[in-house]
Amino acid sequence: MQPAEPDSLWAALSDARPLDDRTLWGAEASVSLGDLVDGSSLGGALESLRDRSVLLAARDQLTAALALIELDGIASRVVLCPPDLAIEHLPCVAATAGVDAQVSDGAADVQAPGVATFATCTPKIAPGACDRTARHRTEWILLTSGTTGRPKLVAHTLSSLTAPIIGGARPAVPPVWATFYDIRRYGGLQIFLRALLGGGSMVLSCPEESTADFLIRAGAHGVTHMSGTPSHWRRALMSAAAQRIAPQYVRLSGEIADQAILDRLRARYPHARVAHAFASTEAGVAFDVGDGRAGFPAGLLGRRTGGPEMKVEDGSLRIRSTRTASRYLGDADERVADADGFVDTGDMVERRGDRYYFVGRRGGVINVGGLKVHPEEVEAVINGHPRVRMSRVRARKNPITGALVVADVVLDAPADGGVADVEQELVRHCRAALPRHKVPAAINVVAGLGVNGAGKLVRRDA
Amino acid sequence: MRAETGTTSVKGTVIAQLEKVAREQKRTLAPLSDDLVLLDSGLDSLCLAIIVARLEDELGVDPFDSDKDAEFPVTVGDFVRLYEDAAR
Repeated sequence: MQPAEPDSLWAALSDARPLDDRTLWGAEASVSLGDLVDGSSLGGALESLRDRSVLLAARDQLTAALALIELDGIASRVVLCPPDLAIEHLPCVAATAGVDAQVSDGAADVQAPGVATFATCTPKIAPGACDRTARHRTEWILLTSGTTGRPKLVAHTLSSLTAPIIGGARPAVPPVWATFYDIRRYGGLQIFLRALLGGGSMVLSCPEESTADFLIRAGAHGVTHMSGTPSHWRRALMSAAAQRIAPQYVRLSGEIADQAILDRLRARYPHARVAHAFASTEAGVAFDVGDGRAGFPAGLLGRRTGGPEMKVEDGSLRIRSTRTASRYLGDADERVADADGFVDTGDMVERRGDRYYFVGRRGGVINVGGLKVHPEEVEAVINGHPRVRMSRVRARKNPITGALVVADVVLDAPADGGVADVEQELVRHCRAALPRHKVPAAINVVAGLGVNGAGKLVRRDA
Repeated sequence: MRAETGTTSVKGTVIAQLEKVAREQKRTLAPLSDDLVLLDSGLDSLCLAIIVARLEDELGVDPFDSDKDAEFPVTVGDFVRLYEDAAR
């Protein structure tokens, strides 16, 4: 069993397993965690960051990872800037979080206004003793990836972030984790903390690196545990480099895991446990499903000792647990949870038999002449066709019904007989499984579909 | 008023699409004539929505998508004329 709630990330890390044989691998450099015992990535600046509200704006994930390890318990607050944070949002983020210090890796082009203390973080560890006495329950501020407008600042602590991990069984062999996510987003941060608290090592991704190159690098470091969104995994499976990894554990989160992607991962990695997790930045991790089936058992609803409590109200999943964020910074009017402590995830579920299935986001509904269609439920059907790798369903404006459902589809392999036949075949496939208004009025074969910085399918018209 | 094979007239295109969507949607289409009221044709609003979308792709026009409040077609003849006018 893992230790009880840690004082700081550094304390938890040191408790987990000897540090010398544990490594964080970035795309360009790597660091043995043992080097941090008598050394720092912050070049002697750690003391100047004590009690500060620190904006962590590094380009590179490895430097961000090192800074997080060092700053927890030292800084009063750390704001984790994702690499694609639009520069125009920076002044507002910095002001809302009362930022008075900034850590970057020199390569970052962002500079928060009104900041007196700047420190540079580097993977070249400078020797020298550091006082790592924790004096704060550091607030970790995550930015949600809003599609429009300014990001929301979501406040967590190490204990809310690690609540899903504490008490889990520690693997007998030190795990090597990797994730397609950036660790400055909730999904990636979970994996980073799992690697650190579980006594493991980790391979960090890099935005400039192709999916194939990342898979090859993860494979070379002997990755045992790997996570990503279903969109990440669909891309990975399109690459020949998918054969270069042989994980024991494959994890999906961040989007709906449909049966097709679960089955394909199981077929590709027959020795791996394939699990899908439900989590959001605000609600935290709610549950893992490991039975290889889409959706989750209805029995998970209700109170569970020590774990999150879940209920369905007005069709959406609501979660109450110690893992949820405490609040939004700066938004006095907007609350993370309702008066009873439940976070409304906005994810709509539907019960079929003894299981609940995710059908889509509340805001993403397409209205076809008054009938509601969740893009995701149609995608799940299309993705179930053996020729389809991934799909995106969206609304097309229509003067008669307001909107129609249309779909863009990426095939497994180029169509030999021309795409028109495949498109017709897919329409027939949808007709057999869906009511009329949910069947795409047009299905277009496309070369690729965009995935955003959070690893989710880019939805524009939905 | 069946579309003559080989013609590319707007009317022919519209009629062909009405018949095609009716077939796909498994609707029984009443014998088409200019006077046939659309609501009695066997096509429901989802069928018409699909027909309008397909015709926009095929003819490059959506006669409903204009600033002026176009009168909604009542008969098959009105519907065809709307496209003939828009495609002009």
